[in-house]
Amino acid sequence: MMKRSNEPIFWSLFGAGGMLAALIGPALVFITGIAAPFGVLLPADTMSHAHMLAFTQNWIGKLFLLAVIPLLLWHAAHRVAIMLHDFGVHAVAAVKLICYGVAFAGTVATAWLLLAPGS
Amino acid sequence: MPDIEKFIEIEVLRYRPEQESEPVLQSFNVPFTDDMSVLQGLQYIKDHLDGTLSFRWSCRMAICGSCGMMIDGKPMLSCKTFLRDYHPAGLRVEALAHMPIERDLIVSAEDFITKLESIKPYIIAKEPRAVSDGEYLQTPRQREMYEQYSSCINCMLCYAACPQYGLDKDFTGPGVLALLHRYNADSRDGGAAERLELGYADEGFWGCTAVGYCSVVCPKGVDPANAINQNKMNSAINYFTRFVPGKGAEK
Amino acid sequence: MSATGSDARRHAGGRRPYVRSMDGWWKRDPYFIRYMAREATAIFVAAYAIVLLFGLYRLSQGPAAYDGWLQALKSPLSLAFHLAALATFVYHTWSWFNIMPKTMPILFAGGKRVTPAAITSAGLAAAIVMCLVIFGIVWRIA
Repeated sequence: MMKRSNEPIFWSLFGAGGMLAALIGPALVFITGIAAPFGVLLPADTMSHAHMLAFTQNWIGKLFLLAVIPLLLWHAAHRVAIMLHDFGVHAVAAVKLICYGVAFAGTVATAWLLLAPGS
Repeated sequence: MPDIEKFIEIEVLRYRPEQESEPVLQSFNVPFTDDMSVLQGLQYIKDHLDGTLSFRWSCRMAICGSCGMMIDGKPMLSCKTFLRDYHPAGLRVEALAHMPIERDLIVSAEDFITKLESIKPYIIAKEPRAVSDGEYLQTPRQREMYEQYSSCINCMLCYAACPQYGLDKDFTGPGVLALLHRYNADSRDGGAAERLELGYADEGFWGCTAVGYCSVVCPKGVDPANAINQNKMNSAINYFTRFVPGKGAEK
Repeated sequence: MSATGSDARRHAGGRRPYVRSMDGWWKRDPYFIRYMAREATAIFVAAYAIVLLFGLYRLSQGPAAYDGWLQALKSPLSLAFHLAALATFVYHTWSWFNIMPKTMPILFAGGKRVTPAAITSAGLAAAIVMCLVIFGIVWRIA
């Protein structure tokens, strides 16, 4: 009797994050990293403190960031773990612990920053 | 008027365990015509230049799956690959990657065969049948769900292509997993539950990282990458719903 | 890796199967290099997510701290990073929808088999639309 794999957990997160990144990733990077900071196609104050506070205090903004940041991290964690295995790193358990650990920490941090009282 | 004889250099990775500790390259200058396959080139070497050259072959028409080897670093059937396409640069022929070399171009197929047997590559009837029950009936649509996966000729090119198999021999591998799916997808078959015990394990579908090279090299269009990766969604759904009564009973 | 004399005794008839090394396997074929490039996009995905997370953190520390982060976004280093990240994300989108047909079962539409090209095209079209929608929403609100 072969042991059922637990990969579905990480693969599902990887898939959700990957789909999200594939569908809206380029737009997000362009907006937050190029357009808004340099005032290209968007007003220079798009990401001002006031605007971003309003965004993150709004439940839409909270749900959006709660989805985007953790899912991108879980997607990356799965791929990096596999990449390290592909490069010949044999300490599979340690690699997974570190990679998924970072994603988990990032998830907790995001949730805390968005959901803690007063945020 | 006779054709002007042209030559091509075939560099072969030799390995004779009784005389060398490691494989060694040996070059042969082979006269050829445009219709000659790499297999025919090897046969010329064996017939005229070095009778000790060892390699597998049989049908010479890409259906038996015997003549798989690495040609300029790519897994190919030697009977389906032509010397004219490597002229004048020449070509390098080696045993299939990721498998132990027994001698010259012959690899050990033991692991592949063991894995093939383990997935029960035959129709497991849903209920006991008698001859008097008549033949199975199947619509063209039902046939299409498994037909491409049934084209496998067990040539093992996909195993030579798959880096996950190369890195970890516990992985069942592309061809066998494609055949696992072939039988599960056949409307006549009732053995999916047994086969998915392996399929849903790390050694099964989850050992695949969707490199996809297996499907590129398959000479029969089986597309093992598709056979494997379409099962990941079912496996994941099954993983999360298996404890829900009625919804995902252990499959 | 090599076969040793003891292996000859283990196998009948003086067999000594030779096992070749997998070192540097990914450099052996352009296909494998493209696979590694596809997987490596994850590094920029993680980096970008961490940039956002850090911004969220700075936001929680008040206007002064957040403005520091915003100012850093205007640096040449940040621009270079985000341009590289943009290229990487676009390559991710491209490679994601190129591999997606492999993850789908055999499908039929209007009696005909749905081709891998159709699935990829649909995915890429959806990505273009979604990116324009997101940008449009931000442009409208800003």
